[in-house]
Amino acid sequence: MSETTEKPPGALQLLLNGIFSENPVFRLALSLCPAVAVTTTVANGFILGVAVLAVQVLSSLTVAIARGVIHPRVRIPVYTIIIAVWVSAIDMTLAAFVPALYAQVGLYIKLIVAFAIIISRLEVFASRQPLVPSFWDAMGMGLGFMLALMVIGALREVLGAGAFFGIPLFKTKPLLFFALPAGGFFSIALLMAFFNVLERKLTGGTSKPAAGGHHG
Amino acid sequence: MGERLRSLLAPLAPFALIAGLLLALPLLQPRARAADGGNAIESVRIQTPDRVKVTFRSPLTPAQSAAANFRLAEAAAPDAPMEIKGVEMSDRVVTITAGQALHPTESYRLDVVDPPIQHDMKPSAWAVLVTLFLSSALINNFVFTRYLGLCIFFGVSKKRDAAVGMGVTFTAVMIFTAMVSWAVDTFALQPLHLGFLQILVFIGTVAAVVQFLDTMLRKTHPALHKSFGVYLMLITTNCIILAVPLINAQGRVSAIEALVLALGSGLGFALALFLMSCAREKLELARVPKAFEGLPIAFALAGLFALAFMGFSGLDFFR
Repeated sequence: MSETTEKPPGALQLLLNGIFSENPVFRLALSLCPAVAVTTTVANGFILGVAVLAVQVLSSLTVAIARGVIHPRVRIPVYTIIIAVWVSAIDMTLAAFVPALYAQVGLYIKLIVAFAIIISRLEVFASRQPLVPSFWDAMGMGLGFMLALMVIGALREVLGAGAFFGIPLFKTKPLLFFALPAGGFFSIALLMAFFNVLERKLTGGTSKPAAGGHHG
Repeated sequence: MGERLRSLLAPLAPFALIAGLLLALPLLQPRARAADGGNAIESVRIQTPDRVKVTFRSPLTPAQSAAANFRLAEAAAPDAPMEIKGVEMSDRVVTITAGQALHPTESYRLDVVDPPIQHDMKPSAWAVLVTLFLSSALINNFVFTRYLGLCIFFGVSKKRDAAVGMGVTFTAVMIFTAMVSWAVDTFALQPLHLGFLQILVFIGTVAAVVQFLDTMLRKTHPALHKSFGVYLMLITTNCIILAVPLINAQGRVSAIEALVLALGSGLGFALALFLMSCAREKLELARVPKAFEGLPIAFALAGLFALAFMGFSGLDFFR
């Protein structure tokens, strides 16, 4: 739990890291439950993404500020409490300001508290780095998560409901299957496979397929 | 075999005691008394799809059996009566045909103008519990229709032994945590209006219960702890374990309903794990396209299971 002596990477690199090379959903395979659950529409994915982004940034900042005070032996319970406090705050905020969307994703917003991605960033990054890099790392991870949810949401909404952000695109529903629970699993399978192919093309086939993580 | 079984079961006594205490919780629940409007009505029974059979204690006059004499509404919306298509009378039995489908697991309110009676039709406890169980285990299976617990689902479903171990541990822990959280919610959070602390309290409760079970199991039965302990620690961060208390708190359910929901969810998760592990063992021998190796193909497989589980969506014993 000691401070690293090496200089933390720059803000841009941290941001891109979270969005692309360590994308929590497609690359790290963390926090998949909400990625399937709420992504029937882009708007749902967006609202949960915003909630996760807010919780991630706020709890990373809290931990980065308090990292000198937290005793390493009790750090996990302390992190959990910090996350739970911020999740409660965000939960109440969203319930007050966007009740219609909240009604659809409410349970999953409460369950952000059990997301592995958030606590793993606290453990891996925010507890060892100063405030500013922690902020950018949390932003990168949160944005990466939000974008992933919105990509899955877009795929499912366009194919399943023939609409985008609630705006109808086609007269019919092209593939209703994708709006169903089963379609959620298939969309993720297809997108993950796509990212694997992309990765192999970019790195010349040296890297092994993603999907190492089994948490979250 | 008998020796081994006894040695396995003996140290479980403290757990059985605690489970017994938890099961006794429903007795603390204040029981709501049905207002059946005096003794004029002997019984009210819903006959699917759209009839209500009302048995009175004494025969009715023809005027009393007119359709206008009865008013039927859903208990959730008592101000919006439903259409009554027809009323048939034979001696003491009146059969009312409603304009919409009636369901034995829903609550309705029957008003009679003459004699003035207000009767609340409550579903039988068994119908509610069986429906709740089937719903939580199959229709709303946590993995395949609510997409919770995917982390553990994909992590542990590679080997059948691990899947069974996880399923058993999971169901047991689920019942413990759900009952403890129910008690905390009903006797502490709700009376004190501390609902906003729900998330914080529940995650603390779950962590404490899991820690407690772990310690107990290690001291009282090391062998059992050796085979199941590793799953216990994984469970703490599981979303289903946290979702069940949250769903229970949302619906303000009774203790027995909370218990049935926990049991159903646990068994549903165990079933999902078992099915998936069997399929994934076969998958080992299959030639999977390179891009789909690992998690992607597992997700596609889960999608197929989810498709199959959609078949349960119409499952209903009481319709």
